[in-house]
Amino acid sequence: MTINRDFRTCPDTGFKIHLPADKLIKWNAVSGVVFLMIGGLFGIAVALTRWPAVHLLPADWFYLALTAHGLDVLLVWLIFFEVAILYFASSVLLGSRLASPKAAWAGYWLMLIGAVMTNIAVLRGDSSVMFTSYVPMKAAPDFYLGIILFAVGALLACFVFFGTLVIAKQEKTYEGSVPLVTFGATVAAVIAVFTIAAGAIILVPTLLWSVGYISHIDTLMYKVVWWGMGHSSQQINVAAHIAVWYALAAILFGAKPLSEKVSRTAFLLYILFLQLASAHHLLVEPGLSSEYKIFNTSYAIYLAVLASMIHGLTVPGSVEAAQRKKGFNKGLFEWLRKAPWGNPAFSGFALSVVMFGFLGGISGVMMGTEQLNIIIHNTIYVPGHFHATVVTGTTLAFMALAYWLVPTLWQKELVLPGLAKWQPYLFGIGMGLVSVFMMGAGTLGVPRRHWDINFADAVMGYDFPGAAHLMMGLNGMAALMGALGGAIFILNMVGTILWGKPKTKAAEEEAPAPAPEPVVATYGNAGTMAVPGTFTLAMVFLVSFVLYYFVNWKYLAGVWPLS
Amino acid sequence: MEETQANSGGADEPIPFMQQLMDNPFLLLFIGVTMPTVFYILWGIMEITAIPIAN
Amino acid sequence: MSIFPPEQRIWWKEPIERSEILWVVIALVWCLILFFMMPYWHIVGEQNLTNEAYRIKPEAFAKRTEAFAEKYKVREEGDTGIPVVRPPAGSDIYMLGRLWEWWPVLELQKDKTYRLHLSSLDWQHGFSLLPENINIQVHPDYEMVITIKPNRSGEYSVVCNEFCGIGHHTMVGKIYVVDK
Ligand code: HEM
Ligand SMILES: [Cu+2]
Ligand SMILES: [Cu+2]
Repeated sequence: MTINRDFRTCPDTGFKIHLPADKLIKWNAVSGVVFLMIGGLFGIAVALTRWPAVHLLPADWFYLALTAHGLDVLLVWLIFFEVAILYFASSVLLGSRLASPKAAWAGYWLMLIGAVMTNIAVLRGDSSVMFTSYVPMKAAPDFYLGIILFAVGALLACFVFFGTLVIAKQEKTYEGSVPLVTFGATVAAVIAVFTIAAGAIILVPTLLWSVGYISHIDTLMYKVVWWGMGHSSQQINVAAHIAVWYALAAILFGAKPLSEKVSRTAFLLYILFLQLASAHHLLVEPGLSSEYKIFNTSYAIYLAVLASMIHGLTVPGSVEAAQRKKGFNKGLFEWLRKAPWGNPAFSGFALSVVMFGFLGGISGVMMGTEQLNIIIHNTIYVPGHFHATVVTGTTLAFMALAYWLVPTLWQKELVLPGLAKWQPYLFGIGMGLVSVFMMGAGTLGVPRRHWDINFADAVMGYDFPGAAHLMMGLNGMAALMGALGGAIFILNMVGTILWGKPKTKAAEEEAPAPAPEPVVATYGNAGTMAVPGTFTLAMVFLVSFVLYYFVNWKYLAGVWPLS
Repeated sequence: MEETQANSGGADEPIPFMQQLMDNPFLLLFIGVTMPTVFYILWGIMEITAIPIAN
Repeated sequence: MSIFPPEQRIWWKEPIERSEILWVVIALVWCLILFFMMPYWHIVGEQNLTNEAYRIKPEAFAKRTEAFAEKYKVREEGDTGIPVVRPPAGSDIYMLGRLWEWWPVLELQKDKTYRLHLSSLDWQHGFSLLPENINIQVHPDYEMVITIKPNRSGEYSVVCNEFCGIGHHTMVGKIYVVDK
């Protein structure tokens, strides 16, 4: 077997890019974006149905669309793009050839076939079980089979990633430790392996049950193991998008981690504790002890939250340090004011950091508290929370990266640079409002996954307060705004790839993302500049966190005593 | 921390244990799979199997 | 830069800048508070979820609930004639979830405690008591026993908030809390 050792040198960045890796990154990223588009369309339909005055879809179509939405965006879009990130962080950043491009392609096709198979099962209408597919509700066998194939493909991608790390080390393509971004990607890949293993343990028997070979699946066992996959896959997103944040800070500002030690240790805490939080989904289930719930839901004393709070300081902190080094030293925030807010790679990144922390992080810790979960479980607060994490956090970070990655890899200019400037604001703020309104409605008890909160054809009903209806309406409007932002992104990406003008030297200067120049020679650690601006922002975050957290204890204290 | 100079050691100073750990992806993989398997999955399954039958 | 290998061969021994250490310490303290709030609330708080649960076959749970409803039924309600059940204070009370109703309707006394048994006869359902916003997952084959103490009188709805098929959005039950 001959090993493909063909590289090209990226004219923008100077990276040596292995040609098979180049192609795989492109195909995985593009496939992800296509499923983001499909899933996004279902999302709009869902949001418009939940807008009481519009109530777009009939009930059966609503549940079908919601199942497809969850699968296509949460699973397919994010994991395809993450595979692209894994290949980028290993092969490109280490300047190494990709281990076994054949296996990587096999993984790609398995993922694609699996995704299409599950979509077909859902669209056929006999598998509207939501992406969680809680037993004993049964979907068609190909629904589970598709997810399993997709997972096996993703597992192959993880192996290719680890293999590439080995090869790069053996062939000495770099010295010392891997870059921080690659380290973050490693954490994502580690979590992915556990995620996929848990998925296989539960979905293979469920497939057999759906075919008829197994007669019974325990509902609690299913949930414990399923969320080992379902929640851990969100942790892949967290690790991956934090790696992307560090990457963008480096690409846009030449930023260096404030301290390799602190940032890497924070990532290590993720490996140790992050996945325990799968128990977030089991806090009001029967039969699990409070000890189990408290230990797991708190990631063992919240050590993974500690890690997130550390990244929350060090990511913007590294930008501040780089900006100050360039002379933006006035006051607390000149570095921030003078940041390239018109560059979508930066604005997307900045909004992603802020909204992931303030909206997603705080609400997530609140509702992951054993007792507080009682007042939000399965209300629409939950989708409110995770649209903040997985949409304004992960998806927006990936979009920001794409604004740099796509023009760079394809060597083309963005087709709609003017619209691109506005896109992160439209999408980020739109989806941020979607989160806020869903969370608001959830505190009033509006259920998630529910076709009609007017209970028109129910025997008994419940009159939700006017504010609940209002917020679901506002949610619909915000969803349209977010969707418009999403559409502009997809148009820009697809357009650039298909019809973008080849990059010329002159255009490079105004390209949305400049090439990474090592503007900062040495700072960091002992020589680190103080980052007073970031520290101030971090304290604002902490105060919001504390207030919001205790307000919810106060709500809880007001409901019926239970024990 | 009393050191103010970032640079530490020559080219032959041994790599500290924690750094070696973090430089080894397969060790990380092992830890990252074992921790949740034991504390989340196995413990959870034990709890479920211990639920008594209603009398 | 974060996209290149660390500059120092040994980065573990690099000293850390002060504001970073300070933040780590503050965050750690906050994490400890977050953690200890949960055991603390088990000791002083009034809203804690029980760990009491049993395995039970749906038929057995249905039988018990029917016997319970039979015994304490005070009237019927609505077109479906769903029984309204008024159990004595302090007793074991039952509510089952099935496609697509919560059965029966309960009438409870304010400020009295009851042991509420919840289970499902078919798929999973979500017991969402409104407007309190108390939410509990209900499984088939498992019965959860929660001690509740309604502390406000009024008419409460139990909305299903776990997706349970095409009739999910019609699954609503009732609990009345009366002063006497
Ligand atoms: C156009 C953009 C989007 C809109 C308008 C939108 C809107 C919604 C709405 C209204 C719900 C329904 C809540 C319910 O009834 O329970 C929902 C569910 C969901 N959304 Fe989105 N969303 C969008 C994008 C995304 C993206 C990008 C992701 C993931 C990366 C995502 C992940 C999910 C998931 C996992 C669910 C839960 C599905 C379920 O309950 O089974 N959404 N979305
Ligand atoms: Cu139900
Ligand atoms: Cu339901």
